[in-house]
Amino acid sequence: MKRLFLLLALFAAMALVPLVVRSEFWLNVCILTVFSALIGQAWNILGGYAGQFSFGHALFFGVGAYAVAVLQVHLGVNPWIGLILGAAFGAGVAVAVGWLTFRYGLRGSYFALVTLAFAEVFRILANSTPWTGAGEGIMIKLSPRPSMMQFKDLGHYYWLLLAMTLACYLTVWWLDRSRLGARMLAVRDNEDAAAAIGVDAFAVKLQAMALSGLFMGLAGVFYAQRYLYLDPGIAFGPTESVEALLVAIVGGIGTLFGPLMGAVVLHALSEGAQVALGSLPGANMVIYGTVLVLMVLFMPRGLASLTRPRSRRKGGRDA
Amino acid sequence: MLDVSNLSKTFGGLRAVDDVSLTVAEGSISALIGPNGAGKTTLFALITGFHRPDGGAVRFMGRDVTGEKPFRIARAGMVRTFQIVQPFAGQTVRENIAVGAHLHIADRTAALSKAEDVARKVGLADRLDVDAADLTVAGRKRLEVARALATDPKLLLLDEVMAGLNPSEIRDVIPVIRAIRDSGVTILLIEHVMQAVMELGEQAWVLNQGRLIAEGAPRSLAGDPAVIEAYLGQGMARRLAGGRADA
Repeated sequence: MKRLFLLLALFAAMALVPLVVRSEFWLNVCILTVFSALIGQAWNILGGYAGQFSFGHALFFGVGAYAVAVLQVHLGVNPWIGLILGAAFGAGVAVAVGWLTFRYGLRGSYFALVTLAFAEVFRILANSTPWTGAGEGIMIKLSPRPSMMQFKDLGHYYWLLLAMTLACYLTVWWLDRSRLGARMLAVRDNEDAAAAIGVDAFAVKLQAMALSGLFMGLAGVFYAQRYLYLDPGIAFGPTESVEALLVAIVGGIGTLFGPLMGAVVLHALSEGAQVALGSLPGANMVIYGTVLVLMVLFMPRGLASLTRPRSRRKGGRDA
Repeated sequence: MLDVSNLSKTFGGLRAVDDVSLTVAEGSISALIGPNGAGKTTLFALITGFHRPDGGAVRFMGRDVTGEKPFRIARAGMVRTFQIVQPFAGQTVRENIAVGAHLHIADRTAALSKAEDVARKVGLADRLDVDAADLTVAGRKRLEVARALATDPKLLLLDEVMAGLNPSEIRDVIPVIRAIRDSGVTILLIEHVMQAVMELGEQAWVLNQGRLIAEGAPRSLAGDPAVIEAYLGQGMARRLAGGRADA
């Protein structure tokens, strides 16, 4: 309960940001940070809890983004309905990919490579089908009304994103105290041992895929509505895949607050670098890479391990 | 309760388990013994679905479970432990055991408190909040048993839960196993520690090079020439008998 209280207090404080931060620039930085915290946590459900490292999480992000965009542009589906469909498509594609890969027992680096390949396949498909706008990309018509999930005020976008992110973090909070969460950790730590005591590892991994894909899909919907433009590189390229796993690993995988910490630290670093180095192109990528190497070397359990040294998790966590 | 008939498994050219049949009676403690490499662990893996047999059948509580997935067999009530312990490292003892308890208990709090009960039964109650990776070998062996026991099994297959323990630790574990049986769980164990087999086992099978070579009460098996030869080499039974005659 203590953790739930902390979580809600944090999000309440974060909800105040648009009231305090007047500058569009800084509000934008906050949006990017919360966005990272969302996709990092989505990745964390699958990677940190169920132990399946995906290198192609952009796949589900892209599916959600394209779902809302294509349905809106070609079929006139309202983006709020698109939001539900985008999340559902994200989850659906994730389950399909999981079904195909886990069925054949792919684990570890093989699973990582297959997810990477799937994202590439979708990128190429999106590049060559006309209804996704192919290489030119797809543009959502500007109509800044809340009923069209478009807002004049950047703060409203921020709140929409924050609500999605809160849903994701509450899900993980629930996982921490649920049978499904316990089974995910068991599958992560030792699949055979889990199977021996009655855990259906295949089903558990599919459920992790579904949840993870669902929130990536939501993030995709947000992205499409925020920028009103998508192309295959944005949707299925490596940027979101890398960001999702980086944020989770730096913050501490398998923890509730890790991805949030990772997102804050990485964006602080990247903004700091911009200030220090000017707008040297690619400077933030160099920093990300350096931070990742240092984290893996010196703090493999992420920033979250600082708050609870050594004994990691106590008893029933918040029992 | 458990009916194994004509079970066989070949790895490449090796007949790891060769036409093995045995029956475990409900409420009993029985043992599977034999020299290293005899195929005992493979037999366990075949029974519990970790390997698919090439031939033969496994029936559990009247139901054919041959070649079923391990988790299904565990759900039916037959649960194994691993000779090479497989703790969920990074999780506490309590969390480890709770995964087993979750087989029939959906609620997290209830599963965690069941884990405490089970830990008490196997003597881990004072280490509930210890990381499983920090347990001693004896502790890990107990954790294996506890996790399996938390699933409320009907039949427990224990794979060398006493290997690597010192004599006093073995003396501590024997009553634990007996108490598990007395609580209504049938037990089949693989064991090299003969003291344990003699004290616990009501029925034993001897496996050598994949085949059953003897069965009966453990005490009677100890004198069986085929068993002695399997362990000590050809001709040993005769030589031992001769030695006794000379003395």
